[in-house]
Amino acid sequence: MRGTSLRSNALMAPAVLWLGFLLILPCALVLALSFFRRGIYGGVEYVLTLSNFAQAIDPLYAGILLNSARIAGIATAIAVVIGYAAAYAIASAPRRWQAVLLFFAVLPFWSNYLIRTYAWIVLLNSEGLIPLILRWIGYPGEPPQLLYTEGAVITGLVYNYLPFVILACYAPILRLNPELREASRDLGGSAIATFLRITLPLTLSGAAAGAVFVFVLSIGNFITPALLGGGRFQMVGNLVYHQFLSANDWPFGSALSAILIAIMLLLLVAQAKAAERASGTARSESHG
Amino acid sequence: MASEPAYRHLGNFLLAAVFAFLYIPIAMLIALSFNEGGMPTVWSGFSTKWYAELLKNSDIISSAGNTIVVAAASTGIATVLGTCLALGVETRRRRGSALEALIFAPMIIPDIVLAIALLSFFSLLGVQMGLHTIVMAHVVFNLAFVCSVVRARLKFFDWSIVEASEDLGAPALATFARVTLPVILPAVIAGALLAFTLSVDEFIIAYFTSGAGRSSITLPIQVFAMIRFGVTPEINALATLLMCASLACLALAQKFNRGMVGA
Amino acid sequence: MLMKSNSARANAAGIAAAAIFAAPGLAADLVISNWDGYMAADAIESFNEATGNNAELVLHGTNEEIMGKIMASGGKGLDVAFVSSPFAEVLRNLGLAAEIDASKIPNMSNLYPEAMMLEHDVGNKFSVPYAWGTTGLCYRSDLIQPAPESWNDLLDPDESLRGKTTMLATDRWLLAAGLLAKGYSVNETDIAKLEEVRDQLIETKETLLAYDDTTFYLKLVSGEATLVHAWDGWCNFGIAENSDIAYIVPAEGSDLWVDTMVVLEASENKDAAFAFINFILDADNHQWAAENILYKVPNKAAMDALPPELIEAFPNMGYSADSMLNYEQLRDVGETQRDYARIVSEIKAAQ
Repeated sequence: MRGTSLRSNALMAPAVLWLGFLLILPCALVLALSFFRRGIYGGVEYVLTLSNFAQAIDPLYAGILLNSARIAGIATAIAVVIGYAAAYAIASAPRRWQAVLLFFAVLPFWSNYLIRTYAWIVLLNSEGLIPLILRWIGYPGEPPQLLYTEGAVITGLVYNYLPFVILACYAPILRLNPELREASRDLGGSAIATFLRITLPLTLSGAAAGAVFVFVLSIGNFITPALLGGGRFQMVGNLVYHQFLSANDWPFGSALSAILIAIMLLLLVAQAKAAERASGTARSESHG
Repeated sequence: MASEPAYRHLGNFLLAAVFAFLYIPIAMLIALSFNEGGMPTVWSGFSTKWYAELLKNSDIISSAGNTIVVAAASTGIATVLGTCLALGVETRRRRGSALEALIFAPMIIPDIVLAIALLSFFSLLGVQMGLHTIVMAHVVFNLAFVCSVVRARLKFFDWSIVEASEDLGAPALATFARVTLPVILPAVIAGALLAFTLSVDEFIIAYFTSGAGRSSITLPIQVFAMIRFGVTPEINALATLLMCASLACLALAQKFNRGMVGA
Repeated sequence: MLMKSNSARANAAGIAAAAIFAAPGLAADLVISNWDGYMAADAIESFNEATGNNAELVLHGTNEEIMGKIMASGGKGLDVAFVSSPFAEVLRNLGLAAEIDASKIPNMSNLYPEAMMLEHDVGNKFSVPYAWGTTGLCYRSDLIQPAPESWNDLLDPDESLRGKTTMLATDRWLLAAGLLAKGYSVNETDIAKLEEVRDQLIETKETLLAYDDTTFYLKLVSGEATLVHAWDGWCNFGIAENSDIAYIVPAEGSDLWVDTMVVLEASENKDAAFAFINFILDADNHQWAAENILYKVPNKAAMDALPPELIEAFPNMGYSADSMLNYEQLRDVGETQRDYARIVSEIKAAQ
């Protein structure tokens, strides 16, 4: 079967080369740039330094990183809880409805991100639709400022990534063997105990995949904070954008990107490990 | 699954709330696109004038043309590369986690990181940026998506038919055309449609890898500029059209490759 | 093995496709980048008709955006860029701006003498001023009583204005508001003074609706905001839609901002680029620009021909050239730019 192996490699070669040249090399370049120094007028001075990473962990930028992680974390938590519940509800719906429900849950994800974000500007601005409705139903006094708040940024992130979480959670929930739950119930397990000990561990892999996706895309996002945050919230994505397009500090922007890549890789590994362990625990529990 | 009526009601209520959350903003934009006055808070009568305005806007038309060129080219290249990659990976005996990571990475890497990485790369090499650099960049993530859709299909493929065909002396290409391709074709088409949709909507990477001239401005770059300069009713009309295009693409993909959305 | 040739063909197709896109094809011979709505909609078309060129216009949202593009590409693919004066200086310092050949721009003589003597580029050696003006406060006179007078009315606003004000997002102008309020130079390099300004601007942040460079006048029109930090010409966009909107230069003064046209060193068609600048400086064309974009232009012939009603409706159009020269121009601050960038990050990141 050597021929087959050769053929497999030949089939893979063009795509692997493409990714090698236009994904791996550029990312390696980012890593390399992060160890050089910024020139006075931007540009890169080829002098080795660790100062970009030192700068990244000084309280200001570390604070921005942590705050981005916090905002991304809140958005992830909300998206995963709602998305998981929605996926569960879809999986519990009559069989013939499931495909349609899932299709329409996922559809918004395939439409333009900017426009989906823009819709929230129209809804939330103080002369917009939601404040108008609030006044109309007799909200006492001036409605609170909704747009350009942290809540608006988080809403935008949840809105944009929720469909993906629903999709990621749906498949494992659907594959869940209903007999396991029934057995647990027959043995006297409460609904909550059954959910926590059987259902949740067995379906956690989908939720974890969804969570990693939402977190990574949220922490690197710069459009949502820019459009819905009114520039009042600085996230790592904005910082990277700023280094490349206005501060002209490519090395520092590269160091921040390298950190984002590292966070992404760590989460991917953690997710794979968690999914492995979760399915292991569930298996032993259902046997025991 | 659950038969308890209380849970069922809770589930229905939850689904209604989630769909309301997902679709109210979209429905609002669609409704506004037909609003004569164009103001979000005042309904001043039904009109299609914003669509007419849109069609008169030569910047939008030319950027839409650029977007179609980028999406078609990147989809074409990505579909061929991604399908070959899927076939290669699935016929390969050894499973390498590095390879899996390489294929997964383009789907999960933050857009801004890929964007600046490519910008630095092209800039260092002195490559003049334009539509061609956007195409090259879009192929990176598109091929990963096509590959994953085709691989999902190949998981259920019976490779012994291919072996049987080749044992009988059929040339590899003929075997591919008569045996493998018909089986994976729905997935290939679905993957291509998804890639096309992704490419049409992609903004951040296009923004960083586009050139200086008008000739490399894609629709999302144009939309970003418009949104930044304020709320114009034309955007609502454009949003409605883009939404319809996405709906059509996803529905087609779903039709070709049943269950893909859920798989 | 035939399958291999299949993928090779795919590769070839990819290369061919890339080659097609790389080909210049019908590319324009002159690419001009300007802010959206900053010149006559048909300016390029009339220039092409008048000169037989095939120029095209691209838009940038901010100085930073176009600077990022120019830095990434070394200016390739672009011939004329409209940027504010400190950015023009940076382009010159980076060797990206071409020397202006005045002999090819006879209409330069239409400019005010003051506009030939601007600090950032005395004699217009690498940049030609296109528009100029002040930065101040733009507000709804029907919703704010009494009218604002000082930068502190924005930086430390009355309780009734909380959440109703915006400030410019661009580093230099954001800091300039704070610097002017304290009577410092808009090009301050003393880090202690800059930190003092930073602390003020962090306090101010809590009272702001948003940082906004592009839609502040729309927020005034809609009533979302009632007092915004604005460039005078852009405030005029708001005044045009609602005559209750007014503009003032605060008592502490303003900066003198100058938006310039820079020809890029990488341009392969510099003569056409100079011809374009000459076309813009034509008295009629530049007057048309002033009337339609409502920004002051440094073109004496054009400004003298403005109808008096226009100046009555938009009082800041009447500011005289010598009165504006009392204000300090934003300059490239070299090494201190890093401190500026950092301080602005600190402000934007403050909770």
